Amino acid sequence: MDIVNQLQRQFIDHSTSLHREGIVDDQFTELQKLQDENSPDFVVEVVSLFFEDSEKLLNNMARALEQAQGVDFKQVDASVHQLKGSSSSIGAMRVKNACIAFRSFCEAQNREGCLRCLQKVTHEYSLLKNKLQSLFRLEQQILAAGGSIPVAK
Amino acid sequence: MGLKLQQSHHHHHHHSVVAVKVNEQMGTKRGYTFIQSNRAWLPKFLLLWVMVMAFLSTWIYKKMDADNKVRRKEVLSSMCDERARMLQDQFSVSVNHVHALAILISTFHYYKNPSAIDQETFAEYTARTAFERPLLSGVAYAERVVHSEREEFERQHGWTIKTMQREPSPVRDEYAPVILSQETVSYIESLDMMSGEEDRENILRARATGKAVLTSPFRLLGSHHLGVVLTFPVYKPKLPTRPTLEERIEATAGYLGGAFDVESLVENLLGQLAGNQAILVHVYDITNSSDHLIMYGHQDQDGDLALLYESKLDFGDPFRKHTMICRYHQKAPTSWTALTTAFLFFVICLLVGYILYGAAIHIVKVEDDFHEMQELKVRAEAADVAKSQFLATVSHEIRTPMNGILGMLALLLDTDLSSTQRDYAQTAQVCGKALITLINEVLDRAKIEAGKLEMETVPFDLRSILDDVLSLFSEKSRNKGVELAVFVSDKVPDMVMGDPGRFRQIVTNLVGNSVKFTERGHVIVKVHLAENTKPVDDAIAKNCLNGGSDDSVPLSGARQFKTLTGYEAADERNSWDSFKHLVSNEESPYDASINMTVAGETSQSVTLVVSVEDTGIGIPLIAQDRIFMPFMQADSSTSRNYGGTGIGLSITKCLVELMGGHISFVSRPQDGSTFSFTADFGRCKKASFSDTKKPNTEDLPSSFRLLKAMVVDGKPVRAAVTLYHLKRLGILAEVASSVKGAVSACGKNGSSCGSKIQPDIILVEKDSWLSGADGGLSLRMLDWKQNGHVFKFPKMILLATNITNAELEKAKAAGFADTIIMKPMRASMVAACLQQVLGIRKKRQAGKDTQNGSLRSLFVGKKILVVDDNMVNRRVAAGALKKFGAAVECAESGKAALKLLQIPHSYDACFMDIQMPEMDGFEATHRIRMMESQANELTNGDGTDEGLARKGEWHVPILAMTADVIHATYEKCLECGMDGYVSKPFEEENLYQEVAKFFQVKPISDS
Repeated sequence: MDIVNQLQRQFIDHSTSLHREGIVDDQFTELQKLQDENSPDFVVEVVSLFFEDSEKLLNNMARALEQAQGVDFKQVDASVHQLKGSSSSIGAMRVKNACIAFRSFCEAQNREGCLRCLQKVTHEYSLLKNKLQSLFRLEQQILAAGGSIPVAK
Repeated sequence: MGLKLQQSHHHHHHHSVVAVKVNEQMGTKRGYTFIQSNRAWLPKFLLLWVMVMAFLSTWIYKKMDADNKVRRKEVLSSMCDERARMLQDQFSVSVNHVHALAILISTFHYYKNPSAIDQETFAEYTARTAFERPLLSGVAYAERVVHSEREEFERQHGWTIKTMQREPSPVRDEYAPVILSQETVSYIESLDMMSGEEDRENILRARATGKAVLTSPFRLLGSHHLGVVLTFPVYKPKLPTRPTLEERIEATAGYLGGAFDVESLVENLLGQLAGNQAILVHVYDITNSSDHLIMYGHQDQDGDLALLYESKLDFGDPFRKHTMICRYHQKAPTSWTALTTAFLFFVICLLVGYILYGAAIHIVKVEDDFHEMQELKVRAEAADVAKSQFLATVSHEIRTPMNGILGMLALLLDTDLSSTQRDYAQTAQVCGKALITLINEVLDRAKIEAGKLEMETVPFDLRSILDDVLSLFSEKSRNKGVELAVFVSDKVPDMVMGDPGRFRQIVTNLVGNSVKFTERGHVIVKVHLAENTKPVDDAIAKNCLNGGSDDSVPLSGARQFKTLTGYEAADERNSWDSFKHLVSNEESPYDASINMTVAGETSQSVTLVVSVEDTGIGIPLIAQDRIFMPFMQADSSTSRNYGGTGIGLSITKCLVELMGGHISFVSRPQDGSTFSFTADFGRCKKASFSDTKKPNTEDLPSSFRLLKAMVVDGKPVRAAVTLYHLKRLGILAEVASSVKGAVSACGKNGSSCGSKIQPDIILVEKDSWLSGADGGLSLRMLDWKQNGHVFKFPKMILLATNITNAELEKAKAAGFADTIIMKPMRASMVAACLQQVLGIRKKRQAGKDTQNGSLRSLFVGKKILVVDDNMVNRRVAAGALKKFGAAVECAESGKAALKLLQIPHSYDACFMDIQMPEMDGFEATHRIRMMESQANELTNGDGTDEGLARKGEWHVPILAMTADVIHATYEKCLECGMDGYVSKPFEEENLYQEVAKFFQVKPISDS
C-alpha cells in the first residue's frame, strides 16, 4: 500500500506540475473525466492519436519550411491550425499558445519567425510528450500495483 | 427551406452591398456640393461680384447723368427757340412799320403833289408813332439824288450834301442825303447816306431787292450799343407789278432807314422772360461764315461751354444770316440723385454680395463640420464596435487564465495548508470569483450596449428558477439570519415563454443586492400577474383611508409590522394588509383556477410583476435618482463597506427593458427597499410543454397529492409563503396562528371523526414555537397520542431560518424529532424533507441535479454525427458526447458528412467544425440544407409517405464547433442555416444551452 500511496502522490504531484507549468489546462482534466469503464483507455488513446498526428504535422511543417525560397505558407498555416485545434482539444496549453504565435508569423509570411516558432512548438511538444508519457507510466504502475488513479480536482 | 435560405443569402448580400454603397458615399461625399467644390474660389467670386457691381453702378450713374443732360439740353433748346422767335417777331413788327412808313412817304411825298410831308410833319408823325417801333432808335428818309440833280436839290433845300464826316460831299454819281428825320436822329439831316460804306451797300441792295435790308452790326453813334441799320427803299408810285432790277433802280425815290438798337432790344426781351438768369444769350451775324460778328452778348462771359444751342434768326433780310446761341450760365450741377442712387445701389449690392459670401462660407463651414462629425461618428461607431469586440475578446481571454487561477486555487485548497495559508488562498479564490463575475457583467453590459443581446424565447418554469436563485443565497442569508422567501401567485402560469437565463440574472441581481444590504429581517420575492395588482392598490388606498390595522396579529415587542418577519418594509403594498387581499383573491377561485387559466389563455402574453422586498439599509434619498446608472452606487462608502461595482442594477434595468417591462423601486433609508419590475412573457401552448421534457424544471414529485398539512405561523405573510410551497407539492394546507390554535383545531377535528382537515403534517415556524407555549405543545401531543390517534399522528416539522445547537436539542426534546426544514424554502427541498419524513421514495433518483446529468438526459439515445478534419478533435468530441450517452459517428470532411446525411438518415444532430479543407462547415451546412429543402418539397408533394414523412420536415440540427467564439462567426453560422455553435473543446454549460434549444423545440422530430 505504501508503494501505491507513494505512486499516487507522485501521480498527483506530476499532474499538478503539469497544470502549474501550464503544459496542460482544464481541458485535459475534462478529458480525464471522459474516461470511464466504457472507455478505459480513452485518454491514452486520444493522446497517442494526438502524438501521431502532431508528429506528422511537425514533419510537414519542417519540410515546408526547409525550402529557402517559395515556402508554401498556406500549407504551413493549415498544419499549424490543425495542431492548434488538436492541442486545444486535449488541453495542451503551451503547444496551443506556441501555435497561436506561429500562425501570426505564417500570416506575415515570415520564414525566420516561422522557423523559430517551429522550434518552439517542437520543444513544447516534446516536453508535453515526455511529461504525459511519464504520467501514463505512473498510471500504469499504480494500476499494476493494484491502486486506483486519484482524481485530481 | 432552400428558398428561404437563398433569400436570406440574398438578403445578406443586399445588406453588404448597401453597406459598401454607404461607405462609398461617405468616401466621395467630400466636395460633393457646388459650394464645397468651389470653396477656394469664394473670395474671388466676391471680388468679381464687387467689381461687376461697381461697374453696374457707374453705368447707372452715367445713364442718369446722360438723361439729365438730355433734359437740360431740351430745356435749353426750348428756351433758346422761344427767345429767338420772340426777337424775330418783334423785329418783324418794327420792319412792317417801317414798311408802312415807306408807303406813307411814297404816297404823301411823291404821289401827292405838292408833297404833303415836310420835315416838321415827318418828325411829328414819327415821334408820335415811335411806340410802334420800340426797337428803332429813330427813322430818317434820304432821297435819291443823282449828280445831275444835286445842284437843283441843294438849292431847293438850302444846304449842301454832306458826307458822314460832315464835310461837303465830293462829286459822286448819286447821293442819298437825309431830308426827313425823326427828332431823335435829326443830327443826320443832310448827310449823304451813300457816303458810308455800309450804308451805301445797304442802299444798293435795298433798292435792288425792294425789301428791307440790314447792315452788319456796329456801334451806334448815339448809345454806343451794338446795332444794325435797316434800310427800306421807297419807290415812285409808277413801279410796275413785276419790276426788273433796272426798273427798280429807276423807280427808286429814296430810302427809309432806321437804326436797330439790337442790344437793348434783346436785353428788354430777355427781361420779360422767365429763366433769364439761367442762360446766356448771344446773337451773331453769320453772313460771313468765317467771321461771326457779335450782335449781342459779352464775349468774355463764357458760361457752360460744354453745352450750347443755336437758334436760327430770320430778320427778313435774305442776304444776312443771324443766329442766336444760348448756353447755361453755370456748368451743369453734379447730379446728386444719380450719384446717390448709384452709390446706394452699390452699397446694397455690396451687402448682398457680402451676405451671400457669408452664407457660402457658413455653408462650407457647416458642411465641413458635418463631414467632420460624420467622420467622427463613423470613427466613434467603429470605436464602439471595436470596444465591444475588445471587451468580448479581452473578457474571453481573461476568463481562460482566470479559470486556471481558480482551478489552481481549488487544487491548492485541497492540499495541506496552514490556516493562514488557507485564508490567503481562500481570499484569492473569492477575489478571483468576484473578478469573473465582474467580467461577465461587463461583457453583458457591452453586449447590451452593442444591442447584441438577444432574448431567447423558450418555455421555462419560473417557480423553479426562483427556487434556484433563492438556494444560491440561502447560505449567505442563513449566516446573516435574514429570512429569504419566495411567493408566486397561483395565477402565474406554470410555464411561460421567455429567456430563463436573463430572468434568472435579473432576479439574482436584485436578490443579491437585497441580501447584501440586509442585516436583519427578510428578503422576499413575489410574483403576480400585472392585472392583479390593481385591486390591491385600491385595497391599500382603502386601508390607508381607514387608517390602521384591525387584524388581530399577535404583537410581541414594541412595534411589529405585518410583513414577512415583522420588520418594517419600505413599500406598504407588500405588507399583509394588501398581501392578504391578493392571496384571498386567489384562493377563493382556487378550484376554479383551471377555468380561469383557460379563459386567460386567450391572450398570447402575460405580464408579470416581480417585486423583491428587503428590510435592509435602504437607499439614501439623494442617491435614489442615479441608482440605475452604471458604476454609480449610493455613495462611495457603499463600495467600501459592501463591495461591488454598481454595474448590476444598470444591467438589470437594461434586461428588464429588453423584456418589455420597466423597473422601479421604493426605498426608505433604514427601512429597506422594494424593487419591482414588470416583464412580458409569452404563454405556453399547453401541448408544447406537456410533451416537452422541461430541462429547466426539476420535476416535483406528485406523491404528496392530497396530503394535508397544517402550518403554524403567527406571521400571515410567512404562512402564505409556506402555503405556496406546499400547494406546489399538491398538499392541502391550513394555517393556524399559534400552536394552541393548531392543536385545538386538530383535536377538534380528530374528535369529530375527521370531517374537516386531519393533518398529516404539522409545520411549525420556529418563532411561533418559541413564543408559544412549548411545554403545552408537547403536553397536548402526548394527550393527542393517548387519544388513540397514534396511527394517524401527524409528523412534526420545524421551520427555521437559522437554529442554534441548543435550540436544536430543545426542539428534539419537544417532539420535532422528525425533521427541521431550513429556510429558504424550496419546493424540491420541502419535497425531499417530506419524503424523508414520510418515507416515500423518490421514484426517479437520477443524477439530475448536475449539469452533467441534464446533458445526459438530453443526449441519451441520440445519434449524433461529428464532423471534423482533425482526428484528435474528432476523438475528443466523440468521447465527450458518448459520455453523455449519445451514439456518435464521425466524418472527417464536409463531403463525408454530406454523404452520411443523405436523406433518409437517422441522425438527431450534427456537430460541424467550421474550418476544414476542401469544404468548410458553412458550405457543408448550406448543402445539407439544400438537400433537406428538396426532400421536404418532395415529401410535401407526395402527401404522406410514411417512410419518409416524419411529421414535419427534414431539418437536422447542425451546431458549429469553433475554437474562437466571436460574434461575427455566430451570425455567419445562423446565416448558413446552422442552429447555433458550441465552443471547442466543449464547455458543458454552453453545450447544454445550445443543445437544449433544439432538442426541446423539436422534441419528437427525429426520435
